[in-house]
Amino acid sequence: MSNHGLSVTVTGINKKFGSHVALDNVNIAIEAGEFISLLGPSGSGKTTLLMILAGFARPDSGSVKFGDAEVIRMPPHKRNIGMMFQNYALFPHMSVGDNVAYPLKLRRTPKAEIAQRVTAALDLVKLGEYSERRIDQLSGGQRQRVALARAVVFQPQILLMDEPLSALDRNLREQMQIEIRQLHEKLGMTTITVTHDQREALTMSDRVAVIDHGKLMQFGTPEALYERPANRFVAGFIGESTFIEHEGRTLVVRPERLLVNGQATMRQAGTDAGDWITFAGRVQSVIFQGESLLSTVLLHGQKAGGQDVVLQLRQTVSRADSHNGKLNIDTDVEIALHRSDAIFLDERQS
Amino acid sequence: MESHIPHSHRLWLYLLVGILLAFLILPSLLVVPMSFNHSTLMVFPPQKWSLRWYNNFLSNSTWLDSFFISLKVAVLTMIVATPIGVAAAYSLHAGSFRLRRLIEFILTLPMLVPVILMAIGLFFVYARLSMVNSILGLVIAYTLLAIPFVLITVSAGLKTYDMSQEMVARSLGASWVVAFLTVTLPQIKLSVISGALFAFIIAFDEVVIAQFLSGGSNSTLTKVMFASVRDEIDPTIAAVSTILLFVTILPPLLLHIVANRKRG
Amino acid sequence: MNDQGLSGAVPQGLNAAGIADDIRRERRNLRLLASPALVLVLVLIVGPMLWLFYLSFYNEHGQFTFEHYARMLDEGAYLSIFWTTFEVSLIVTVLCALFGYPLAYLLAQLPARWANVLMLGVLVPFWTALLVRTYAWLVLLQRRGLINDTLVSWGIIDQPIALVHNLTGTLIGMTHVMIPFLVLPLYATMKTIDGNLLRASGSLGASPTRAFWDVYFPLSAPGLYAGMILVFIFCLGFYVTPAVLGGGRVIMIAQRIENSVSLYPSWGAASALGVVLLLVTILLMAFGAWISKLARR
Repeated sequence: MSNHGLSVTVTGINKKFGSHVALDNVNIAIEAGEFISLLGPSGSGKTTLLMILAGFARPDSGSVKFGDAEVIRMPPHKRNIGMMFQNYALFPHMSVGDNVAYPLKLRRTPKAEIAQRVTAALDLVKLGEYSERRIDQLSGGQRQRVALARAVVFQPQILLMDEPLSALDRNLREQMQIEIRQLHEKLGMTTITVTHDQREALTMSDRVAVIDHGKLMQFGTPEALYERPANRFVAGFIGESTFIEHEGRTLVVRPERLLVNGQATMRQAGTDAGDWITFAGRVQSVIFQGESLLSTVLLHGQKAGGQDVVLQLRQTVSRADSHNGKLNIDTDVEIALHRSDAIFLDERQS
Repeated sequence: MESHIPHSHRLWLYLLVGILLAFLILPSLLVVPMSFNHSTLMVFPPQKWSLRWYNNFLSNSTWLDSFFISLKVAVLTMIVATPIGVAAAYSLHAGSFRLRRLIEFILTLPMLVPVILMAIGLFFVYARLSMVNSILGLVIAYTLLAIPFVLITVSAGLKTYDMSQEMVARSLGASWVVAFLTVTLPQIKLSVISGALFAFIIAFDEVVIAQFLSGGSNSTLTKVMFASVRDEIDPTIAAVSTILLFVTILPPLLLHIVANRKRG
Repeated sequence: MNDQGLSGAVPQGLNAAGIADDIRRERRNLRLLASPALVLVLVLIVGPMLWLFYLSFYNEHGQFTFEHYARMLDEGAYLSIFWTTFEVSLIVTVLCALFGYPLAYLLAQLPARWANVLMLGVLVPFWTALLVRTYAWLVLLQRRGLINDTLVSWGIIDQPIALVHNLTGTLIGMTHVMIPFLVLPLYATMKTIDGNLLRASGSLGASPTRAFWDVYFPLSAPGLYAGMILVFIFCLGFYVTPAVLGGGRVIMIAQRIENSVSLYPSWGAASALGVVLLLVTILLMAFGAWISKLARR
């Protein structure tokens, strides 16, 4: 991966809107050329943080550095970043080519070079022939690509994106996730994107910053977030999970890591019994979801926060597997979780 | 919304409205044929047609000079009032003032205060500054009058405009001013032009303020015309009226047509 | 990694002072944009109005006095001016409401294409210069004007009737000018009335007349009242049309103010009249705002 990006260092960012705390002492260190997602529910402050990075919002206090340069006092147009807005914000009174050429004209790039770079940028997003088109002639997906081309044509070292894919339908979204990732690999700039879709964050990012109620919950690789969530919020927000009190600690159970009945017995042969945590319960529902089966099981004798625990269990089923362990409603089951798949949370205030 | 009441039941309504519309439109249009009436008597229909009164207008220095004074004042008003109004509209739209409502109210005062009061107030101030009968005085007064109209039209245009485009332009490297000029202004230009034309027309056909503030060699067309209408019936007025009619109807009419065509 | 440190209430954080300066500067620049307009209005309207208020308490000898206001209560001339102004404004307002309502109603019912064209019938006079309209009526209503000539030639009357240079002419001319001011806001209100309401009441058994009075009229009333108050306010301070079509027989406040300034001149008297006009205007606007707020509930 070519490394053309700058590091982004966020230190001590605080912001309040009246009495509402939008960002609470946020510190994030992003390395040059990384692809980062700011992930969180709506109202978490992730968009505010992005706007602060871009220069459109100001914190009450804090520092933002691009490389070694402090930019917090700089107006947006001096920060030399590329930015993609949620609604693309293409200029309707200009053609596609003029839209993409706009930042180059601002930088007094010579005419011949503008034409060449516009073509290159449009080729990069696979819209090479569209230079003369008007904006209102484009589909949603095409507009998004033009916005992308416009944001990268002047080779910024940092690219910011605000929920760039939320307006697209599912298939297009997944395709664009891959394309954006490929674009990033090719150009190498530091990319920071805001999203509320954890799957999208996990797919595209080198690391993910999970934000809730203005606080940074955890900043790590997708794997780290999934396997070793730092707190209850992250555990619940990333992937599916059920929380169970076990041995005095909170146990996070991922539905797809559980083994059932026949499978369990098979796998347990040859391993130490102490390596397994087992539960007993009654099957309440079994739902076919296409690529997997989702079952819910009411556990016997388990409580979490005073309530009965309903465990979610996910299985991929192959017809060739004779021990497939497909569950029937209202039957009793035995469920096993290997300790290496068990995620324990420290009992901390989250 | 089509009504469910059949047309036959509402003939009386159509008739009434037809009469009303005729009442509204026809009188003003009357001045057009009158202006081509050769006779000095205000009779209708004209017995003989001629361009006599137009010639009279063009050869009479009082009329002609006043026409050019009005034109000059109106153009200057347009040039001054439009940027001032656009700036105010943008400021109110983009800023987050606590006093926003109050400022909006103050800026619409010229529309709310009776013109006669504004006229004597201005006359009083100008008398002390020896600005009565001056072009500058008129332009300032008419700019004042035009501000609410420019403000309202441009504000309406800004409301339907997507401000994130300006933000994008700034993120791409344009300073706020450049972003405004290259991205925002081209897209609100219809409402800006509307406001500018409003300013022109207000300045051109205003009567009361002109009574007090214009005079001598700087008399406006409306001042001369008003005196003429009150004192004696000089048929040249019909020709002047016709000219005034077209000057004040054509711009808004064109804008109306263009705006309607855009809406679909 | 995040440190769960102090929440929010750190007054002087990193760069806080500089950032606060940036925010202040940006706000100031935005405010600056509105200042030419503000300065103009404050200096040339608010200022002079206050000055006039002050002036209304002084006579030609520079003495502080209430005589200008006292005169309004005693002198017949003043009382008749107030009465005339009120009477004319009221009649014109009522006429505009009577004629403007059906017009707005039909426009609101028509499909967009027709409405746009017929609306021009309201807009074109609205755009036409005031002097032109006033002059046109002067010509039309004269003794030897089109209307009298037509009436005589059709045998409806023997002698031309005095239609202008009197109250009649003033009323006709002012109504003509004011109708659009009633129709436009009323039309806007009517367009917001859901057409389904009338159909629903029809299906419940109401005749079109009942449906109109029970459902449509009340819903359109706020627009009507707003328009009427607007027209009334404009009529109070109106100068041009009464001056031309009244022929000196119809003196309203604005004309008296003009006389006081240019003929006599008596600034004290003019100011006092101006203050009265301004106060009544303000009261009516407040009244109008109060009514709209009521209607919105």
